[in-house]
Amino acid sequence: IAKGRGEEGRPGGTARRGLQREGVINDPDFQHEDLNFLSRSQRYEQAIRKSSLMVMKLREHGIADPDEIYWFKRTCLGPFPEPFGLHFSMFQKTLETQTTDAQKEKWLPLVRGVNIIGTYAQTEMGHGTHLRGLETTATYDPATQEFILNSPTVTSIKWWPGGLGKTSNHAIVLAQLYTQGQCKGLHAFIVPIRQLGTHEPLPGITVGDIGPKFGYDEMDNGYLKMDNFRIPRENMLMKYAQVEPDGTYVKPLNDKLTYGTMVFIRSIIVGDSARSLSRACTIAIRYSAVRHQSELKAGEPEPQILDYQTQQYKLFPLLATAYAFHFVGAYIKDTYRRISGDIIEGDLSELPELHALTAGLKAFTSWTANAGIEECRMACGGHGYSRCSGLPDIYVTFTPSCTYEGENTVMMLQTARFLVKSYTQVSSGQRVTGMVSYLNDLSRQRIQPQHVAARPVTVRINDPISLVEAYKARAARLVEAAAKNLQAELNHRKSKEDAWNRTSVDLVRASEAHCHYVIVKLFTAKLSEISNAAVRAVMTELCLLYALYGISKNTGDFLQAGILTDTQVNQVNQHVKELLAIIRPNAVALVDSFDFHDVHLGSVLGRYDGNVYENMFEWAKKSPLNKTEVHESFHKHLKPMQAKL
Amino acid sequence: CFRNPVHMDSVLSGVNPDLASERLTASFSVEKLTARLDGGAEHTRMRRAIVEAIESDPAFSRENQYFQSQNERYEAAVRRAVHLQKKMREMGWTENGPEIKYIYRWLSGDIAFLLHRVFMRSISVLGSDKQVAKWIPLATEHQIIGSYAQTELGHGTYLQGLETTAVFDIATQEFLLNTPKISAMKWWPGDMGRSATHTVVFAQLYVHGKCYGVHPFIVQIRSLQDHSPRPGVTVGDIGPKMNFEHTDNGYLMLQNVRVPRENMLSRFCEVQPDGTYVRWGSQKINYFTMTTVRISILSDEVILPLMKACTIAIRYSAVRRQSKLKPGEQEAKILDYQTQQQKLLPQLAAAYAFHFINIYLHELFDRGYQEIQGRNFDSLPELHAFSSGFKAMVTQYCTSGVEICLRACGGHGYSLLSGLPSLYTRVLASCIYEGENTVLFLQTARFLIKCFMAASAGQPIPPSVTYLSSAKPGKCPAKDKLDFLSPDVYLKAYEQMAIRSVTKLQHLIQSGAEKHEAWNQCTVQLVKAAQAHCHYITVKIFVETVEKLDNKAGIQKVMKHLCDLFALHGIFSNAGDFLYDGYLSGAQMDLVTASYLDLLAVIRMDAVPLVDAFDFTDKSLNSALGSYDGQVYQRLYEWAQKSPTNQQVSPAYGKYLKPLLQNRLSKL
Repeated sequence: IAKGRGEEGRPGGTARRGLQREGVINDPDFQHEDLNFLSRSQRYEQAIRKSSLMVMKLREHGIADPDEIYWFKRTCLGPFPEPFGLHFSMFQKTLETQTTDAQKEKWLPLVRGVNIIGTYAQTEMGHGTHLRGLETTATYDPATQEFILNSPTVTSIKWWPGGLGKTSNHAIVLAQLYTQGQCKGLHAFIVPIRQLGTHEPLPGITVGDIGPKFGYDEMDNGYLKMDNFRIPRENMLMKYAQVEPDGTYVKPLNDKLTYGTMVFIRSIIVGDSARSLSRACTIAIRYSAVRHQSELKAGEPEPQILDYQTQQYKLFPLLATAYAFHFVGAYIKDTYRRISGDIIEGDLSELPELHALTAGLKAFTSWTANAGIEECRMACGGHGYSRCSGLPDIYVTFTPSCTYEGENTVMMLQTARFLVKSYTQVSSGQRVTGMVSYLNDLSRQRIQPQHVAARPVTVRINDPISLVEAYKARAARLVEAAAKNLQAELNHRKSKEDAWNRTSVDLVRASEAHCHYVIVKLFTAKLSEISNAAVRAVMTELCLLYALYGISKNTGDFLQAGILTDTQVNQVNQHVKELLAIIRPNAVALVDSFDFHDVHLGSVLGRYDGNVYENMFEWAKKSPLNKTEVHESFHKHLKPMQAKL
Repeated sequence: CFRNPVHMDSVLSGVNPDLASERLTASFSVEKLTARLDGGAEHTRMRRAIVEAIESDPAFSRENQYFQSQNERYEAAVRRAVHLQKKMREMGWTENGPEIKYIYRWLSGDIAFLLHRVFMRSISVLGSDKQVAKWIPLATEHQIIGSYAQTELGHGTYLQGLETTAVFDIATQEFLLNTPKISAMKWWPGDMGRSATHTVVFAQLYVHGKCYGVHPFIVQIRSLQDHSPRPGVTVGDIGPKMNFEHTDNGYLMLQNVRVPRENMLSRFCEVQPDGTYVRWGSQKINYFTMTTVRISILSDEVILPLMKACTIAIRYSAVRRQSKLKPGEQEAKILDYQTQQQKLLPQLAAAYAFHFINIYLHELFDRGYQEIQGRNFDSLPELHAFSSGFKAMVTQYCTSGVEICLRACGGHGYSLLSGLPSLYTRVLASCIYEGENTVLFLQTARFLIKCFMAASAGQPIPPSVTYLSSAKPGKCPAKDKLDFLSPDVYLKAYEQMAIRSVTKLQHLIQSGAEKHEAWNQCTVQLVKAAQAHCHYITVKIFVETVEKLDNKAGIQKVMKHLCDLFALHGIFSNAGDFLYDGYLSGAQMDLVTASYLDLLAVIRMDAVPLVDAFDFTDKSLNSALGSYDGQVYQRLYEWAQKSPTNQQVSPAYGKYLKPLLQNRLSKL
């Protein structure tokens, strides 16, 4: 019913992409054994093989448009991480945006032609989200016009960068720049790490794989230790800051520019949250339509487990959430596209709000999707635990996004900083704009003796627009409470940081409420844009479910603020249950609309044809333990044991 | 402050000063608390001696486990299981001795033949004296290796739905076992895929065409000579899972497999030679094995992983420094951030809460077991309700707790070398096995509703639920945040909330209950009612335990803090349920929050000593982040270099990367 607007949100491209997809999926070059049965080394090798092939096919088909490349890559590689991933994203992108023309001329042909393979080495063993704490040093030596790179401590060893361990021969390294005896802060350098031709590490470089992880088997996340490793002066990325031959440091003009990249990457994670949750929902909902269990009425056949209210209550709110996040992801991407023109022009006025918003939404959506994927897995009972369900893989591939590109709690606190700042502005009589404009209402209410919560209750629980108002009131109340608590702490204590820390639980709650409001608002706004009446009707049901379920899970906030009464809470709970029954007949169609191909879903439970059990048996027969009818352990251990006794 | 003795090995290797300083500020004696957790200093001594004996034997080393493939893990688990038999003989340990629980606790499940033990237990509980005499010695001597085959591809928790059949053939005095369709294949039983020679198969019993429901049968599945499957038996491994790579969870298809009449386990019922079916007790007894298994898994499979996860995450948080709290100072320990405390300390409190509820449940079940052995089944419904609800609550809570610990360790938490991913993927399986949690909560809810109805009709109800009939409307009397540190105040709030959750289902109760459609329409609330009940009982038992502790060595005081934290965190996290009906006011909820946040700062000071008290050795934690000495980064770096990816040359460079870099892709 909503086909074509689900996964990509760009209906026009669906048909062409479908053709392209069939082409790749049927291409014999891309076939391989089920990844679940391969060792980590084998998975790495398969990933390298597929990535190399993909580069070749890109050349062959002459695909150059970035969106097309992105789509083609996803089709070739599926949802799995690739060791080349950072080469195309961070390495190439950084070189395109942060280099001088001379540097572009030297490096970009090599990068685009994949004559060198690069990665982006920022995180260190002892330092992650807090960038200023990085310890790697790059000391300028004017005598030779070189930078000397060092990893002075164990904690300063670069740790985690994808593709660093075994694949890359170059890396962009972030290091503290020292010149003329002074530290000038973090800067980026191009560092060759492996010998071209032999792929051996260069002298002064210690590089390797960080070992097995929770998922990401195909990725050689690596470590990098540098001992007095010298690179020419020209290897510092110098579009903004520069070091002149004599060591003179030239400052960059604007440091807000890096916000742009962060906004972009975090908006991708919001989209990933939507996609990963959609995949999990597809598997769990299809399987729940196939699985029969227990009895609802004595004497009748076992019902589909999707008919149980508890099962619907687990899955349908997640389905609604997946749709909500799709719209949010598209919104951020569009907003970023809209204002990135302004950014190039040097107008950065909208960037701080967008930056604050994407930080919070990145955290909110990745936390929710993470928990949602697990809920979907649990909803599939024991079989969800088998790797054949595909759910363990979705989870382990997605869950690190709660941490990478900014740890979620830290992200929530960044959003909170913006909210508190906006609140302070309103308190001092200024007006604020954008998504936080609801804070303006607070100043009007300040005339009244009671706080915002004491407004008369007017929420209509069947009306999404009215629910947006309820979420708005909750966000306002929690932002206000956090700001006031922060002020109280500040009155008691000397240090700002200490006061902030002692309020941080409240601040995170405020950010969550703000993000939740933004999502309900964006979902509601989307409804009026849907022209097809049937699609609009079912999307309205999902939107209502999303909003009401969120209330029922956070009744404390709504009750405490007096936004809802006990009676209304009952009505909300009741209406959630009614919506579950209303959505039930459309549930499978709603996941079919996400349009995942079986090959990409990678799940026996979530197969489009629903032939689950016979295919589980076929899958299991291929397990490595089943290679021989009697396992060698029998001869080695069991038989001697029994003989001895 | 208490001067807690420092471990010798840490003196030698040098403890990270960030961790050493945490141990100087303990408000209680770590050693005394450890002894309390072990149930006495003599138990602590015995446990340490056993752990020492195992850890000093390289055959039990788990250092390489994170690097091994499924095949290697399985083989290592079998090898360890065989070695353990030898070790036990050497050390004079026995299967029924006091040492056994410490042995298995240390091995933390990474060993084969665990289902063999379930096989033996089910024969002991469900078998006649004659059957016990025949099979138990064979199993004890490992002449046979057993498994326990209940779950099918198409059926799990709902046992009545099992489809495997056992038809009695009077002519030959045998049962004929069959897997009539693909969904009836046995699926998941541990040790069955590759190791087991025998298994207890649960099947629908048919005599003279009449179905008598699910019964257990001992079935030989592999030859005792060459281990090949018996005629009519198709058996194998079900393939890779999220964890348990070392276990050969299996599938089993039976085609006209015959077993003698004596192979039906018959302590409580029997098919006589002429086909007469005789029963001596409640059929529910068939489920008693499962009921006790639910409780027996809690300690080692569920609560212990949470304790380990807390140990790893809290120690690491005292070592990891990030950002600055005060300008000019060095970066702060992440444990000093309120948001980090809010993630970890409630999990620590929960680990203690569940340790105590587990002791309580075991006492309850030991009494119940005596009664059932004497064929008195009166306590069965209550035991069943307890085992269901607490299994569901504790597994759910611990699973989410371990995941919180994992994600509180930033990027390094995702490294297998942190130990956290494997703790998580193991503990989360417990939400499914031995009964799916939602189904279990509904069973508890059914019991609560029945009791409430009985109480309303003036009938007697079990003591654990008498509070349900004591509902009195009222308001919480607290006026100050300190009032919420009084157990009477928060216990009452929990009690009120639990009562309300059950009585809210009044219409269901009035309609006579269990009208199926009405029941299904209320299941979301029924689950909540069961959760509220279990949460209340857990707080109550924690409070009672703390009251009974003597206040020597500062232990009662620190446990009181944890009990308060566990209770207030529960109210804070479920605010809506407590505000609803106005038992707590909005202003009181603010007091709860204030009190809760204050407690975080108090417990912060004892956080590391409180995990030290769990007394895990470094080898049993098997974690680069959680070691006692806090030398996190060095250990992580050295361990990573042992990864096979760094030991072997990957063929990927020569085969793919080199041609690609030199633009000779077409030769691929």
